[in-house]
Amino acid sequence: MTDNPTPDIAPEAPLKRKGLKRRAFLIGGVAIVGAGLFGISIADRNAAKDAKARITGEGEHSFATWLKISEDDVVTIYSPHTDIGQGSNTGLAQMLAEELDAAWEQVRIVSAPAEPAFANVGLGRGFLTEMTGQPAIINGIPQSFLAFIARQMNLQITGGSTALRFTGQMTFQKVGAATRLALMETAAKRLNVPVEELTTQDSRVIHAKSSQSLRYGELAAQAATLSLDNEPKLKDPTQYRLMRQSMQRLDIPAKVDGSAQFGMDFAIPNMRVATIQAAPVRGGKLTSVDTAPAMAIKGVEKVIKLENAVAVVAKGYWPAISGLRALAPSFSDGGHADVSTASIFKAHDDIIAKGEADGEAGEGDVQVGLGAKPIQAKYQVPFLHHAMMEPFALTAHFKDGKLDIWGGMQDPLATKMLAVEVSGLDADDVTFHPMIIGGSFGRRLPMYMEIVDQVTQLAMQLPYPVKLIWSREEEVAQGAYRPQSSALLSAALTDKKRIAAYRNDYAQPESSESETVFPYILPAVSRRHFAHVSNQNTGAWRSVNSTQQGFYNESFMDELAHAAGEDPVIFRRNHLKADTRHLRVLDEVAARSGWNTPLPAGRGRGVALVESFKTIVAMVVEASVGEDGMPKLHKVTTVVDAGSIVNPDAAMAQIEGGTIMGLSSAIGEAITLEKGAAQQSNLSDYLLLTMAQSPLVQDIHFLNSGAPMGGIGEPGVPPAAPALANALFAATGKRIRNLPIMTQAKG
Amino acid sequence: MAIQTSINGKAVALSAEPDTPLLWVIREELGLTGTKFGCGVAACGACTVHVDGEPTRSCSVPVSDVAGKSITTIEGLKSADGTLHAVQTAWIAAQVPQCGYCQSGQIMAAVALIEKTGRPSDAQIDAAMTNLCRCGTYPRIRKAIRAATGQAAQATQGAV
Repeated sequence: MTDNPTPDIAPEAPLKRKGLKRRAFLIGGVAIVGAGLFGISIADRNAAKDAKARITGEGEHSFATWLKISEDDVVTIYSPHTDIGQGSNTGLAQMLAEELDAAWEQVRIVSAPAEPAFANVGLGRGFLTEMTGQPAIINGIPQSFLAFIARQMNLQITGGSTALRFTGQMTFQKVGAATRLALMETAAKRLNVPVEELTTQDSRVIHAKSSQSLRYGELAAQAATLSLDNEPKLKDPTQYRLMRQSMQRLDIPAKVDGSAQFGMDFAIPNMRVATIQAAPVRGGKLTSVDTAPAMAIKGVEKVIKLENAVAVVAKGYWPAISGLRALAPSFSDGGHADVSTASIFKAHDDIIAKGEADGEAGEGDVQVGLGAKPIQAKYQVPFLHHAMMEPFALTAHFKDGKLDIWGGMQDPLATKMLAVEVSGLDADDVTFHPMIIGGSFGRRLPMYMEIVDQVTQLAMQLPYPVKLIWSREEEVAQGAYRPQSSALLSAALTDKKRIAAYRNDYAQPESSESETVFPYILPAVSRRHFAHVSNQNTGAWRSVNSTQQGFYNESFMDELAHAAGEDPVIFRRNHLKADTRHLRVLDEVAARSGWNTPLPAGRGRGVALVESFKTIVAMVVEASVGEDGMPKLHKVTTVVDAGSIVNPDAAMAQIEGGTIMGLSSAIGEAITLEKGAAQQSNLSDYLLLTMAQSPLVQDIHFLNSGAPMGGIGEPGVPPAAPALANALFAATGKRIRNLPIMTQAKG
Repeated sequence: MAIQTSINGKAVALSAEPDTPLLWVIREELGLTGTKFGCGVAACGACTVHVDGEPTRSCSVPVSDVAGKSITTIEGLKSADGTLHAVQTAWIAAQVPQCGYCQSGQIMAAVALIEKTGRPSDAQIDAAMTNLCRCGTYPRIRKAIRAATGQAAQATQGAV
């Protein structure tokens, strides 16, 4: 396993921001060596040269690694992000094409090759900015050094709602603007006019005075030889023609006629299909397997034993899975046979009761503030499965000393590097070909890419290409789940309905500190992390720790409002600073949802306010309880402050979908453990929200606050669960402190 | 022995073992990869095709069951000249897909619903559209179905 290159997504250290700082420090150590190595440019020259060699053909000219202009005016952008359906590639194309003044119809965006030359510099810059919180420091670091870091970290990741925020703003807009200047400079020479007299539009440089114009395609060859301005002036937003417009997503047409090729769809001649079962108890090993029953099935060609798994290779998926099902492999349990959902919750209770925190953040004297008899509530959430609709599928072919892998992962470069490590081949002999991804939500991040390891091992010993497909059963059993987590919330109120002190003691593997923003101004507040690790792999699940922390804090705020005898919106207002973005978002959602208007009997409204990935979302859910005891969702009103928005309709889609994912997890989703293994087996018992269960009305509004751009793919998720739980409390008087709600409805 | 059937209007003789689910025959023998594998147990609907016009979860139907029947996949929805089906057009207009993996199945389910009901009500949409979407595109699926059936006014009212 490679080092985790995503500090923002999976912080390693329990203490406040320590993991991030440590990494920044480590990088700082490299700086002394790194800074002198490369020339300074948007993408350093060595990388740009390598990139150029990889992407340009006859009549094509490359600019600053990420951009290619052909002599017939086609603008091709190479994205270091994986568009998982969040629309990020369309957004990135809008940003670059905007500054370039390119004709939109001629703009294409494709995946950047999974090669170090295409490591994501802008992302590295973004991470560093957030790590230190001081852009000034970052701005002092040479661009070349940031490029160096990005390659050191194999940084080509998609996650943390960062594509447009970091890559777009910190690289792509600049590449577009700088290339435009180079094209203008070239045109000025050719037309023999001052550059100041030139304008650009729809991929042409125009000299209005003489009614002459030149196509970008005519200028590209010469312009590509110029060195680019590193800090070009960007457009004033009032001049935007593409950004802030709801351009149709470039990937959608191929997704409505079946022509989009996902990793699952890849095929090459002579290819075989494999499927696999790993030890059902994480940490277990394969101890024995009689391969005969599988080999007896027509179409099965080979049974391959790996350290902790058995794979069946066949002519197609059906014989492969039939062969696998015919086997009765024995696996060890790695000593984890006593791990269960109950044992983990008990361990959480025990470590919190013991009081020795692994990390603490906050301010003020909480112990004194809480007094002798604080209000307390315990919250618990289960492991969550990502349930990406496309199960893992990667194809690998080892031939003539070279390994090729095809499929969809969230970090193509890290995928390649893992295959290099597993195969023992040189990096130059391993190529990863990124394909369209059928959902991910964090599952395809580099922390747990065991499928890359597996398919590499299979391919290295097979004489033909092999596509390894995980069955849905394998997908559910071998998740990199959102962690099972508990929190003990404590608070004390003053006689003026104000919170005197607030403590959030939570138990789970990792600290959530780097993602949690607690917006309320309190005299004393403390967040204490109690580390508990089970045998399960846990990883980033859309919006990461913001989901469970959002549920804990926003539910408990509701409890406190109730204890204070105060309206939940007013109670929150009273603990927010005047004239802040949080307050405006909250006020707006109250107004738009008709917070104070009467409801039919049996219905309730619940509110939640969560900031994640620099975006603030307030949500009001209107719900009742159906005859079956299940929640009925009548209406969801959402107000979002994401700073500025590149593509309003695509942003809207992310909030709609994020809300549904949050509601889905709150209502029906849980991975439970017994004897160390997941009890759920498929989408028949890991229950996602259906169309019929989802709210008929989602009323979503964006506040264009002009604040720095926030994330959009994830922030819709966190407020959904607490807003729903609070609505059900308002409707029924019953407080929900354990998710999913379904288990309580039935039990 | 070959199983005779018709796929997207073309007669084909299939060589797969009779117990092979229709899904894998469509994907691996015929190379029509628009029909997706999601769960293998008819829970998600990503593999939905039409068998004699009925929406069918092809992962759970042995190919022997479709002998002599007429099958339509997502690739067969366009007209002969390549024009998109009205539902596909509505899907683009409403910008429905996100990751897109479930959308072939969603579109096939929607087309069958519309062929059956003409102008489906919300309750009919809820009852028929049981395909899962993890990206949460349900509001837009509803909007696209309404728009494709002349109920665009409701579409702007409700879902989005």
